Amino acid sequence: MSTMPLLDIRNLHVQFDVFGGRLRVLDGVNLAVRAGEKVGLVGETGAGKTTTMKAVLRVLPQPPARIPEGEIFFEGQDVLKLSHRKIMNVRGQGISMIFQDPTAALNPVFSIGAQMGAVIRHSLPDNQRLSKRDLRERSVIPLKEVALADPERLLDSFPLQLSGGMRQRVCIAMALATSPKLLIADEPGTSLDVTIEDQVLRLLHDLVEKRNTAVVLITHSLGVVRETTDRVAVMYAGNIVEEAPTAKLFASPLHPYTQGLMAAVPKLTGGGVSDGIPGRMPTYLNPPTGCRFHPRCPHVMDICKSEKPPHYQVGDGHRVACFLHEGHAATGENVTTQAGGEVENL
Amino acid sequence: MAATREITPEVDRATVRRFEFASRVENFRRGWYKFSRNTLSMVGFGTVLTVILLAIFAPIVAPYPEHAGPFTDFLNAGKPPSLEYLFGTDMIGRDILSRVIFALRPALIMGIVVLGIVVPFGVLLGLVAGYARGTLLDTVIMRITDVFIAVPALVLALAIASVLKPNLTNAMVAVTVMWWPWYTRLIFGLASSLSNEDFVKAAELMGASKTRIIFGEILPNCWGPIFTKMSLDMGFVILIGASLSFVGLGEQAPKPGLGTMVSDGSSYLPDQWWIAVFPALAIVIVVLGFNLLGDGLQDMLTAEKGG
Amino acid sequence: MSDLLEVKDLKKYFVIGHRDSLGREPITVKAVDSISFTVQEGETLGLVGESGSGKSTTAYTIVGMYQPTLGHANARGQDLFANGKARPKSLRKEIQIVFQDPGSSLNPRQTIKQILELPLRLHRPEVDRLTETVRLLELVDLPPDYMYKYPYMLSGGEKQIIAVARALATEPSLIILDEPTSALDVSVQGKIINLLLRLQREFNLAYLFITHDLSLMRNVAHRVAIMYLGKICEVADMEEFFKDPRHPYTQMLLSSIPVTSEEEEQAKPVKVVSTGEIPSPVDVPPGCSFHTRCPYVMDICKQVDPEMTQFTTGHMARCHLFTEGEQPETIGQS
Repeated sequence: MSTMPLLDIRNLHVQFDVFGGRLRVLDGVNLAVRAGEKVGLVGETGAGKTTTMKAVLRVLPQPPARIPEGEIFFEGQDVLKLSHRKIMNVRGQGISMIFQDPTAALNPVFSIGAQMGAVIRHSLPDNQRLSKRDLRERSVIPLKEVALADPERLLDSFPLQLSGGMRQRVCIAMALATSPKLLIADEPGTSLDVTIEDQVLRLLHDLVEKRNTAVVLITHSLGVVRETTDRVAVMYAGNIVEEAPTAKLFASPLHPYTQGLMAAVPKLTGGGVSDGIPGRMPTYLNPPTGCRFHPRCPHVMDICKSEKPPHYQVGDGHRVACFLHEGHAATGENVTTQAGGEVENL
Repeated sequence: MAATREITPEVDRATVRRFEFASRVENFRRGWYKFSRNTLSMVGFGTVLTVILLAIFAPIVAPYPEHAGPFTDFLNAGKPPSLEYLFGTDMIGRDILSRVIFALRPALIMGIVVLGIVVPFGVLLGLVAGYARGTLLDTVIMRITDVFIAVPALVLALAIASVLKPNLTNAMVAVTVMWWPWYTRLIFGLASSLSNEDFVKAAELMGASKTRIIFGEILPNCWGPIFTKMSLDMGFVILIGASLSFVGLGEQAPKPGLGTMVSDGSSYLPDQWWIAVFPALAIVIVVLGFNLLGDGLQDMLTAEKGG
Repeated sequence: MSDLLEVKDLKKYFVIGHRDSLGREPITVKAVDSISFTVQEGETLGLVGESGSGKSTTAYTIVGMYQPTLGHANARGQDLFANGKARPKSLRKEIQIVFQDPGSSLNPRQTIKQILELPLRLHRPEVDRLTETVRLLELVDLPPDYMYKYPYMLSGGEKQIIAVARALATEPSLIILDEPTSALDVSVQGKIINLLLRLQREFNLAYLFITHDLSLMRNVAHRVAIMYLGKICEVADMEEFFKDPRHPYTQMLLSSIPVTSEEEEQAKPVKVVSTGEIPSPVDVPPGCSFHTRCPYVMDICKQVDPEMTQFTTGHMARCHLFTEGEQPETIGQS
């Protein structure tokens, strides 16, 4: 596809200045999302998935965060360089986000109608004002789309009167009310029961199909990603270590971390539980040199300890950041070596 | 339950003691590192340390130790600060610097004694009330506490001190009586929320007695806020003590007391300003020192929780 | 094998308020609404359910945190609630619990040694605590120098391992595990699960394993019971539970699990989609508590609470679909 990506994160570095030093969290993240695509961002706690997306929306408070390097292009514009006014327009109309805990995302003292109304009002062009009745009419529509019963009455209800699943659906409704081009869903099903999560994810799937909205789904659950995405990027300790079309990733995971992660998930068909991956995710204060996964990698080689692996293209849309696949062409990403040396462009 | 694996570990007690020591050292160094980063806390710490040392070694450090007792020298009365008398002399010729240094003693003693009584008493009540949250015991304790808090502190202190004979001991009694409820309230809040934590529940389910839970599980989590509050309180107790002696209800003449000195010197303002100003400055510095120390401790503890 | 734990008609209701200000008409949550099950020595009974199912309340009641509103529970024949809150130490040591959140189940101001010593002091005063602590650490594959660490120095997985070691300290027969790995990353879950399985074999431990993760359950449990709004819907031996689930809720749950391979996808039952909302636990509708979401709902379901039907030995389900004479036995167990 030669179309320009909707979202193009290039060589993103994010650091945090904290008591005790500098956390070097994101270490050169590259990710592109095309219009209408559903991309999964998978990783464990602390991998940097939410940080990446917060950088896109520019909601990382700087300080203590700082972005020393990198660009984030949304519809061709570098989001990191936009004025405050312009970024406000991007948020909500260009990019919407739904969060892990719908209870925390909704203000408990305002009615659903008030919160939905606020979202809609914000999305109107500056000179347009809506009457109360018009606003109310417009607010009902998104609620209907997420299959909430009795949406009129819902407008006057308060978040705490609803169940968790309903709240998450309200959040989805609010996020899609402005028909954004990109939706970022941060662990949308984690705080919900499995049957409700299933419902919510399928609803989300239907809605984005209809509107051709691109989605970045952040999750730690491989099962969820398999069922709901076209492409998956696996993150570990601030880097994307592997990226592939979903079916391909599950059929042949190449990065040792991806393999370890998949092996660690208990199978519904039984067969026992693997011991998982020994060790734990490194601290960002003093991350390991070279490949950040090397202390835990069962296939570690000498080069892994001193040099950061570039991404190698191993197939159609399948890239992996691992020296085990050095034979393949490097994509030219992630090329800042530890010593800040020369860039190898192939 | 049959143990199918017989393990008789080689437990070398000496090695174990080394582990223990190493761990305690690491824990201490971690806390100290956090504390020492903050300049203001170090200033506070330094000030407090200086004050304490001055008070302890007063007879050696003060240039004219005998001026702290019954002494008159009308020839040198009312002299402004000079190389001979760094803070000047008062209306009957006593060196103010020496008197200030000696006056640190009753100030600190008041703080130590008052807190020494108030803290164990108040904390114990707070622990019991907090753990017994929801029962009659809790209600009784906390309502009594409320009564004491309701009366304005200084008024209560004054009332008590004026009924009793005016001296240092009775000033301490007065402050003690009005001070303890604040600890009870602080610990009550902490203890009640801690009582809901899983680790307390785990201890209860294990069959631990109430006493063991209060002192073994809950209290260790309270030390931080207790020491912080104590440090902040030192400053305020000293201030209250100075206020009491300012109105004549503390240390009596000729013993030096910071508040008394300010009070006596106030009638000589503004001409012989040094008689009142230096003791007042001393109060400010001492209180500030303890406050900074307390703030530093608080920052250190809140940082620890997050980190 | 004898019954290690026998639970009969257990009920636990919580009064969370009143409908008026005078204290009349209490608002009750029927967290556990009459359940019965047994646990054999050395076996793992899995308790599955979503939020509001009552599985955690069941666990806490059995371990002694709550007193039941009604019903019985016996361990080796002894009534667990005979002395109310003052459960005798001999019973306490038999049944231990591991909580879900490793971050809050260990006292942050105690060293690991102090944490492990508490159960030793209380239940095994005759042993040398230092030796025994080292032995416990060795049993869970942790080096002895962990003794003097504080919880904040440990990772989430290690903390949970300490919680397991603490449970082992009293030499119990039954350990209740309340979502022991839910708060942990998937790459460390395996270590803990395998540790638990190994300890089970070594010490013939029984587990009451609570989780919402059915894939995990498949690899851990010998028998599975599934709960919904305070009642048990279905109980079966593990293989049968997964191969031949009968209750619509079981089927719904099994068919919604996200899995990572085609093989597993085939193993799932046909998709059962919920047709309604979960009722509030305060206002449970009459009849079968699942009828608001059940795609097979019949009129009788809205009025009468079904009774347990037995299919094969050990496989029972509570549903009106099975009480219409089709199946051999109808065992009234509600």
